[in-house]
Amino acid sequence: MTQIVKRPETLPEIRPPKIRRLEPVRTQTVIFEGPGETLHLESGQTLHPVTVAYETYGRLNEGRDNAVLVCHALSGDAHAAGYYGLEKDEKPGWWDVLIGPGKPLDTDKYFVISSNFLGGCKGSTGPSSINPATGKPYGLDFPFYTVKDMVQVQRRLLKHLGVPRLLAVIGGSLGGMQVLQWAISFPEMVRGAIPIATTARLSPQAIAFNEVARQAIMSDPDWNGGDYTLDAQPERGLGLARMIGHITYLSEQAMLHKFSRRFINGQGRSFCLTKDFQVESYLHHQGSSFVRRFDANTYLYITRAMDYFDLEAAYGRLSTAFSGCRCPFLVVSFTSDWLFPPEQSRELVQALRRVGLDVSYCNIESDQGHDAFLLPGHRMGDVVAGFLDRLTRMTAS
Amino acid sequence: MIAHCVTAQQVDWSRSRPRDRALDTFIVSLVPQRAKVLDLGCGNGDLLLRLKADRKVEERGVELEPGAVAECLSRGLSVIQADLEASLADLREGAFDVVVLNQVLLATARPLHLLTEALRVGRRVLVSFPNFTYWRIRSQIVFKGRLPVNPTLPYQWYDTPNIRLATVKDFRALCQEKHWQVIKELFVNLDRQDLPRPVRFWPNMRASLALFALERGTR
Repeated sequence: MTQIVKRPETLPEIRPPKIRRLEPVRTQTVIFEGPGETLHLESGQTLHPVTVAYETYGRLNEGRDNAVLVCHALSGDAHAAGYYGLEKDEKPGWWDVLIGPGKPLDTDKYFVISSNFLGGCKGSTGPSSINPATGKPYGLDFPFYTVKDMVQVQRRLLKHLGVPRLLAVIGGSLGGMQVLQWAISFPEMVRGAIPIATTARLSPQAIAFNEVARQAIMSDPDWNGGDYTLDAQPERGLGLARMIGHITYLSEQAMLHKFSRRFINGQGRSFCLTKDFQVESYLHHQGSSFVRRFDANTYLYITRAMDYFDLEAAYGRLSTAFSGCRCPFLVVSFTSDWLFPPEQSRELVQALRRVGLDVSYCNIESDQGHDAFLLPGHRMGDVVAGFLDRLTRMTAS
Repeated sequence: MIAHCVTAQQVDWSRSRPRDRALDTFIVSLVPQRAKVLDLGCGNGDLLLRLKADRKVEERGVELEPGAVAECLSRGLSVIQADLEASLADLREGAFDVVVLNQVLLATARPLHLLTEALRVGRRVLVSFPNFTYWRIRSQIVFKGRLPVNPTLPYQWYDTPNIRLATVKDFRALCQEKHWQVIKELFVNLDRQDLPRPVRFWPNMRASLALFALERGTR
């Protein structure tokens, strides 16, 4: 008791500085078809057959307990990491900063699964898919789906992949909503949940932005009541929707840093209504590049799924929603995120702690707004890696 | 908003690190094996890591400083970023075996409320703080007329996170008044290498740091 020994400091493990690349990746698909495969949706409607596009990175170990499911946000897809290796100036997957050998979601250790969620337009069955009954795209005939339905479909994918339990489910924004729903719907399958920059329910302000985005699409004459061919999309409406979205993903600080009030080419005022400011040019660029890779009807449905997500309404109280959960949670928010503000994350933390769950929470300093969870340059990676290490140790002991 | 905490922002915690770690051995000795431990103001998680290694505890930490929280999490600890007092409101009575308040009590706006809450959620509370009636402090005030800056109070009056002062006698009096059971008292002062030396007699005069182990109810 009286003898005092100075201990050496325990320092965090330092990851190897050299980051290796993933092997070229490819998107695969699975079709859930036949008796017993009909999907019963929360809206009361059914869907059959259902195709799911997915990618996996790393290997499932013998104990089949190292799988990490990655859930993407509104405009994401199954391509979360690595390169297809087809083009020279190809962009990597949307969460390449996090996934790969030696990275926080270390593919040397974990088997990472990412799928395009139900109702997406990047390979999984959604409003832009061909309706087998008519031979034409579903369009507005596609049934409404919810975050809970997305999770049901991911559950089937895991069964198909032979993954009985997940070491962790991780995702940001709408992906974070799926994480929460996973922990609630399948508590026996989830060993750790990492909801990032997300909420148990959107604020009316966020719903309002979604509605303006939908109105932008639906007021484009090319939308034509949802009946259009994919090469004649309502481009102006969808581009406008994305521009509105992008304003909400950034922060005032981020815009100030990125663009200030700079003019395009430094030319000054043109005294006409074409693009004068760099920030305008940026929004137009985001809008037009989005149109090339996304589907307007899908945007309408996904934003609706986000609006409808409300754990408090679904379970009476937020803490009741989590009362059946068993796994540790890591909640992450970003200081400048005003679309999914830190306050909403703290609400989650509070509810999770009230039911006695093991919760970690970090409000990461960033001026990048909601988009921060997709960007490098802050400590999200370290924090996630530490949490996964801990989960692995807990599983082993 | 959490950012509007009463403690001074941008405190250089590295300055108080030797003091903050000085009692770790004693704290660990007062924590049972496999206990459920809540460390309030856990900093970068040094104590929790040691408790995990030596006592196999189920650890939880609370810390306000975002950098420190990120460090804790990257070290695989379960920590939430929150205001200490606010964080206790979500917890059930007796949710923890041990609650640690290591050198944080004097930096809070409502220390009595914090202690009461800690004793509600924890069966045992370990509190440490610098003793303001330590003889060197007394003599510095008496002879130099200046507020002390030393290894146990390593800040100037204008940048100190401590907004309260306490003494061993004060704390004993409070425990008596509130009928808190003092399971153990430990007193030390720091030598030139910042190593703690136990103090047995006249702690109010001779100890620079105090550690109390409290439980609810009377003796």
